[in-house]
Amino acid sequence: MTVITHDANVLGEDPFDTVNLLDPYPFLGRLRDAGAVSYLESTGSYAVAGYQEVYEVLTDFETYISSGGLGPRDIRKDSGWRPPSILESDPPIHTVMRRALTGVINPGTVRALREPFTPPAVELTEQLARRERFDAITDLAEKYPLRVFPDAVGIPDVGREHLLPYGNMVFNAFGPENYIFKQAFAEGDEHAAAVMRNCQRENLDDVGFGAQIWKRVEDGLITEQQATLLVRALLSAGVDTTIFGIGNTLSVLARYPEAWAQLRENPKMAKFAVDEALRLESPFQKFHRTVAVDTVLGGVHLPAGAKVMVFLGAANRDPRKWGENADDFDLNRNASGHVAFGMGLHQCVGQPIARLEMEIVLQQLLQRVATIEPDGAPVPILHNVLRGFESLPVRITAA
Amino acid sequence: MTAPAGATIDAVVDQVDVVADQVVSLVLRRVDGQPFQPWQPGAHIDVHVGDGLVRQYSLCSSPDELDHLRIGVLHVPDSRGGSKAVHALLAGTPLTISEPRNNFPLRESRRYLFIGGGIGITPLIPMLEAAQAAGKEWTLIYGGRSRNTMAFAQQLEDQYGPDRIRIIAEDEVGRLDLDQILGMPRAHMLVYACGPGGLLGAVEERCMGWPPGTLHTERFVASTLGAAAANAPFEVELARTGATVTVPNDKTILEAVEEVGVRVLSSCRGGLCGTCETQIISGEPEHRDAVLTQEDRDAGEIMLVCVSRAAAGCPRLVLDL
Repeated sequence: MTVITHDANVLGEDPFDTVNLLDPYPFLGRLRDAGAVSYLESTGSYAVAGYQEVYEVLTDFETYISSGGLGPRDIRKDSGWRPPSILESDPPIHTVMRRALTGVINPGTVRALREPFTPPAVELTEQLARRERFDAITDLAEKYPLRVFPDAVGIPDVGREHLLPYGNMVFNAFGPENYIFKQAFAEGDEHAAAVMRNCQRENLDDVGFGAQIWKRVEDGLITEQQATLLVRALLSAGVDTTIFGIGNTLSVLARYPEAWAQLRENPKMAKFAVDEALRLESPFQKFHRTVAVDTVLGGVHLPAGAKVMVFLGAANRDPRKWGENADDFDLNRNASGHVAFGMGLHQCVGQPIARLEMEIVLQQLLQRVATIEPDGAPVPILHNVLRGFESLPVRITAA
Repeated sequence: MTAPAGATIDAVVDQVDVVADQVVSLVLRRVDGQPFQPWQPGAHIDVHVGDGLVRQYSLCSSPDELDHLRIGVLHVPDSRGGSKAVHALLAGTPLTISEPRNNFPLRESRRYLFIGGGIGITPLIPMLEAAQAAGKEWTLIYGGRSRNTMAFAQQLEDQYGPDRIRIIAEDEVGRLDLDQILGMPRAHMLVYACGPGGLLGAVEERCMGWPPGTLHTERFVASTLGAAAANAPFEVELARTGATVTVPNDKTILEAVEEVGVRVLSSCRGGLCGTCETQIISGEPEHRDAVLTQEDRDAGEIMLVCVSRAAAGCPRLVLDL
């Protein structure tokens, strides 16, 4: 059988252009319409934005490898700014680390978090419900995960202020070395050193996820270096994305008063609302894979060594998968299958924790807030790969 | 175990073959000569083995041949009597069975790795046939104590060849090296495993390094049977009537709700068949069944009320009953 191939459609647009970062969806629509696989001149990489192709790249981890790094550079040739994380590794190295994490984060250990995670959400939402207006990002989304998640990992109080700037570095580094990247790395050494310090065994408490990961060293499953890297991965992957997830959910719900009313009637729907919001405004929008061997995707020949940018946020709005109303929030939509947490081998291990945090905050807010609406335009954050807001003013009426 | 409610079939044992040490194969036909309902690889049937005992056995015949069903049964001396009764059956004996049911379906994928331990080979046999017919890439790794205890081993090797079928007899080459077998995840490969609990536990542990949803297992012993889990009484609210039932330590949810007159469809009452699957409206279950996939468990929306309970720290389950 002959596979008919054609050249990728060459696109002159730059996904990291300020306009496209602040409002990605018009560009992502054009990218999807341009064909299954496009070549982006601006980055020198290929791009996939349709659900089918994104799914294929995510699930075929042998052809589209991660050890080349999630950024535009091939870190196998050109070492990265830090030792590669679990996200930037392939089997069999990836396999033992993933096994260790999966053994630590599972339904049982996550279920146990509901109790400690609830009171801070009650306290925060009680305070906010007394006000007529607040900023859903700075007053809530940024506060809640930082109140609960570092405790769950078990890191010391000292040095927690480095978590946000560190996460900002980690994720922006999946984009090009533009001015956003440089700004994020301004005090990079200091942030990285502080976070690495907090991942050492002696600095973790005895019960958190960090300590549980270090136990797998005693079991002989992973090395000490791998344990440090896994705790680091949890800390860097688990804060920013959850903040963005909460903020993005509220950014959507503030625009859909009927959905808020429906959720007030039936707060058990909160987890479905979060899922649909993650589809519509996916916090982690895009990253790269590296082509391991010459292959064909969507009829386009991809040479070994090429970088492919995977647009999760675009796949999650592909009308061929989600229907003509793919750009709308629909509380009754079954959003399962969205790739906001990735898919396959590297699918987010911390996903149940993130979902728990988002669900708890939303449920507590629903209890105390009768209506919520935008109070001025939200300010999108200028970020290379994450989608979110730095400010989201809302006006509320208390329940 | 008592006989389950629901349709039963009058069958007859057509043929009995000793296919390995302590393993017999039974060919079953309907008394009325009719074909069985179509079934998919991975299916099992209930066999009423006498004295009110009902056991589940996987089908190892071909779904293309509906004029008969074949099961393979290992004699387990210290079991509760099911296998002993089956081993006593002779050709011509009438037998009450159920139509095939499937808790272990073969999902569509590009590659398969089958791992069979001992008698766990049985549900995999129709799967191999299906994978082969569909032109899939597949391998079977079949472990057992020695070749003479491993039912169908030679037949499978002759049929598919040693590239596809890897027979690992402990007395020849030692135990299955699971670190080697599962140490290198493959893209688009699903793992189907059936065998003793110890083997499945070890497979599960290693598949934690594979993509979520890779592993599919079938256990024929409820996974926590005999485990010394601490039980606390808890409440179950029945959403349809609003009634609340307390489930004490020595009763299952199923028994407790039946006592107040609520009907729940159930069959094996041992967490093995899936008949009593119930929607969870709120609360956290502790799954003790051998049926639900990890994905089902993670979703937290369904539970098997014949064995599973409320999780520690969850005083109340609200169920769609």
